[in-house]
Order: sequence, then structure tokens, then C-alpha cells
Amino acid sequence: MIIKGIFETLYMTLMSTLLAYVIGLPLGVILVVTEKESILPNLGLNKILNIIVNLARSVPFLILLIAVLPITRFITGTTIGSTATVVPLVIAAAPFIARLVESSIKEIDKGIIEAALSMGASPFQIIYKVMVPEATPSLIVGAAIATTTILGYSAMAGIVGGGGLGTIAINYGYYRYEKGIMIVTVILLILIVQVLQEAGMQIARKKDKRK
Amino acid sequence: MSRQLEEPIIEFKALGKTFSSANGEVKALKNINLKIHKGDIFGIIGMSGAGKSTLVRCINYLEKPTEGEIWFDGRELGSLNEKDLRKVRQSMGMIFQQFNLWMQRTAESNICFPLEIAGVDKKEAKLRAQELLKLVGLEDKAGAYPAQLSGGQKQRIAIARALATNPKVLLCDEATSALDPTTTESILNLLKDINKKLGITIVIITHEMNVVEKICSHVAIIDKSEIAEAGKVHDIFTHPKTQAAQRLVYPNDNRINHLVGKRCCRIVFDGSSSYDPVVASMILECKVLVNILYADMKDIDGKAFGELIIQLPEDEKTADKVIGYLHSKNLQAEEVSNYVG
Repeated sequence: MIIKGIFETLYMTLMSTLLAYVIGLPLGVILVVTEKESILPNLGLNKILNIIVNLARSVPFLILLIAVLPITRFITGTTIGSTATVVPLVIAAAPFIARLVESSIKEIDKGIIEAALSMGASPFQIIYKVMVPEATPSLIVGAAIATTTILGYSAMAGIVGGGGLGTIAINYGYYRYEKGIMIVTVILLILIVQVLQEAGMQIARKKDKRK
Repeated sequence: MSRQLEEPIIEFKALGKTFSSANGEVKALKNINLKIHKGDIFGIIGMSGAGKSTLVRCINYLEKPTEGEIWFDGRELGSLNEKDLRKVRQSMGMIFQQFNLWMQRTAESNICFPLEIAGVDKKEAKLRAQELLKLVGLEDKAGAYPAQLSGGQKQRIAIARALATNPKVLLCDEATSALDPTTTESILNLLKDINKKLGITIVIITHEMNVVEKICSHVAIIDKSEIAEAGKVHDIFTHPKTQAAQRLVYPNDNRINHLVGKRCCRIVFDGSSSYDPVVASMILECKVLVNILYADMKDIDGKAFGELIIQLPEDEKTADKVIGYLHSKNLQAEEVSNYVG
């Protein structure tokens, strides 16, 4: 049961992180490049995206989880189990990831973007040949933060039968007062977070050629 | 001269640039008219905030001028669409004060970047990168990341990168300002070398007169957003007409105070009689003792340039004799007794 819980938790976390990046990464890039002094200025779009991201981020996850149940059912055909939980996780994590990506890319020195412009690089080339590669170490650190945060959210989904360690902790530890199981799940969650975080930092350090 | 008839490679026509911000408008450039010819090493010098960085960015349209035109190689850049503009930029290289290398790419990969942009295939780009690394004297640093290189080496890689696409013009924005004097010297020598070998036109933005002296053939002095003076380095150096030019040529000039009330003579050396001991011969010839009040001599291209201010003898006749002697030696000599600023 515990083993199955670990797998479900990892599945939910990694799947959601991956899908959230599919949305969040481009969104974060667009947030940067549409700014006033950037390479594809579009103030209108920038403002709208900023509002959407802020709105999505201001809804607490537990409420969002319940509020999007119809969408979850529409996409996955069910509202319980780990696959169903991926939907609200992605919706909650994507805007969060967009902000992480935005701040990573904004750290890049403007001069190196100017250098690329002076060579006749197009905005698209600048994004995938300069911005993303130069921000890679910082993006990986961001990914470690995102993954561990999503892991925390996935446990919260246990309340509505989301599967994984969260569900085990609630069903056994909370409803049945089985303290032992509660403690085991908490320790497991701590371990998983430690491993993911440390792995992310190591990869980022290896990738960074600045030192 | 035939040079005047030749089409300039870069020409500014009544160019102006105004930045508008919340605090009102700032005129960064006013009515700039300037011609830069093929093969020139053209210096643009001015104090910080004079507008020189904006000016050089107008050449590759990183800054769009708000008035006037900029012509490059027979085309007006304002008339081009984004795509053509990017093509034109591939025929210009640019280097920067802070080098602006990509930190996550190796030296070789930095040099290959403009070639990737220009659509050159990978193998060919690598060969070209090898060639360029050799040109800048860093063949052994192909696999090094910028963080492992010194300032001078970084700028050499940046130069190699800027030259990758065989550009017609190399723009240098304060390229030596972050370097120590010895490294500056070696980078300037490299630029001069490149100019000679490849015939590439070089535009150098700087606030240091010694950079202009060392390698430029032509210079424009920019002061308060306008071109104060432009021409051959030799001419500007020997006859700085405007105050802005004089300030740059004689930076610590406090001679004016000493001179009031004395009969003095300013001798200008323009490189024509550098190795003649002129002053010594003058003293012997005219049998007078002169007092040297101010001297500023510089060595440009192996010739002596500069000025010397001497106090003339009280006796009118001998004074005239001294001036006469100097004129006979084809030196610029003028009396500056009433010269006050």
C-alpha cells in the first residue's frame, strides 16, 4: 500500500510538473519578451497575461482543486485517483512556473541579448539560442522548487481522494487514527522532497559554466 | 582627393534621437552629419553622456533614430523591414565594453553563433571558428568557457565572434574601457592589424584620447549630443578649433592662467619636423634664452605631435626674430600674449 502510494505520488508530481512546464515555460518566456524594452514588446498581451497569472495564483489550491472538478471530469472522465489529480495540479502549477521562468530569464544580462541582436538574430532565435540556454542553471533550480511545491499540493489532493501518500495519510492517519502510518507517510514525503531538491541543485551546479 | 568622391560606407544625414520618458524628452543626438569611408578607423570620442553609445547603436539600428537617416553600404536603414535589417546586421560586427559573451557556451561556440544565425552549416562554422581563434591568438582556448578567460582574452573572443560573418564594419563600443593599459594596447594592436589585413572599416567609440591617438585615422568629437568637430586625427590634433576638442586634446590645461600679461608664443608640432632639435637650434640661432611654460608632446605613429608654449624675450626685435625663425622652419607659431581662453 505504501509502495503504491509512493509511486502514485511520484507519478502525479512528475507528470504534473512536466505538463505544467509545457504551459508555464512558454508563458514565462512570453511574459518577459512582451515587456516594453524587450525583443517582442506587446504591452496589451503582457498586461492580460499578468492578470491571468495573478488571478490563478491567488486562488488557494484546496479551493481550486474543488472548483475545477467539472473540468477534471471533462478531461479525465473521473474526479478521483491520481490521474484526475494531475488536472488541478497542472492548473495551479503552470502560472507559478511561469513566474519562476520569468524571474530566471530576467536575471540574464541585457548585454548578451543586445550582442545577439547586433548579429541579426531574430526574436525566436534569441529565445531558444540565448535566453533559455543562458538561463538554464537558474531554470533547473526553479524546476526543483516547482517539483517540490507540486509534491506538497499533490498530498493536499488526498482530501478529495486524489491518491498517493496524501490519501493514505488522510484515510489511515486522520480518519482511523493510525498514527504510525501518518508518521511513515510524513517521513517519506520529507525524503522525496530532499531527494528531488538535492538532485535539482546538483544538476544546476553541473550545468553552470559561470564558475 | 578621390576619397571625397568615393561613396562612404556609413553616412549619417541630419540624424537625431530623442528619448521620451515620464520626466519629459531627452535629446540624445542632434543633427548628426558624418561620413565614414571604407577602410577607415574612425574614432568617435566624447565625455560620458555625450551620446556616443546611442550614436554607434544607430549604425546597426539597435537604436532607431527619431530624425534623419542613416545610410549603410548604399541603403537607408530606416527603409528596411525587420528581416532585411537583420540581414544587414549580419554584415556588421559589434564588440562591447563588457564583452557580452554567452557564459554557457564555449569560446568556439560563441564564435559559431553568428554563423548559425547566418545559416552556415556546422562543420564549416567550426572551421571558420578555428581560423578566427588563430587570428586573435587563442587557438588553444576553443573549449574554454568565458568564465575561465581573462578580460583581454574575452575581448579577443568577442572580436573573433564579431568577425565570424566577414562583416564590412566592426563597431566597438568602449571596447577597451574595462581593460588595463597593457591589455588595452594589445587589443588596439589587434584591431589595427585586423584593419590592415582584412580592410574592414572600424568605428570606435571611446572617451579616451589615447585610444584615438593610437589607432584612429579619423575622429569625430561629440559634445552635448552634437558633433563638435570631425576630420583626420592629425588635423584635429594639431588644430583643435572648438573648446570640446581642446578639452580632449589638452585635458589638464591650466596654462591660460599663467599666460595672462606675458608675451608668449605657441608652437605647434604636427609631425613634420619631429627629430629636429628645433628649440635648441632656435636658441643658438637667435641667441636668446627662452622660458618653456608649457609642453605637451605625444607620439602618434612615430611622429611627434603636440604644442609648446614659450615666453618670448622682452625685447621686441629679438621676439620677432624668434617667431621669424620658427616660421622659417615651417612650424606653426603664433603669439598668444592676449590669448585668454
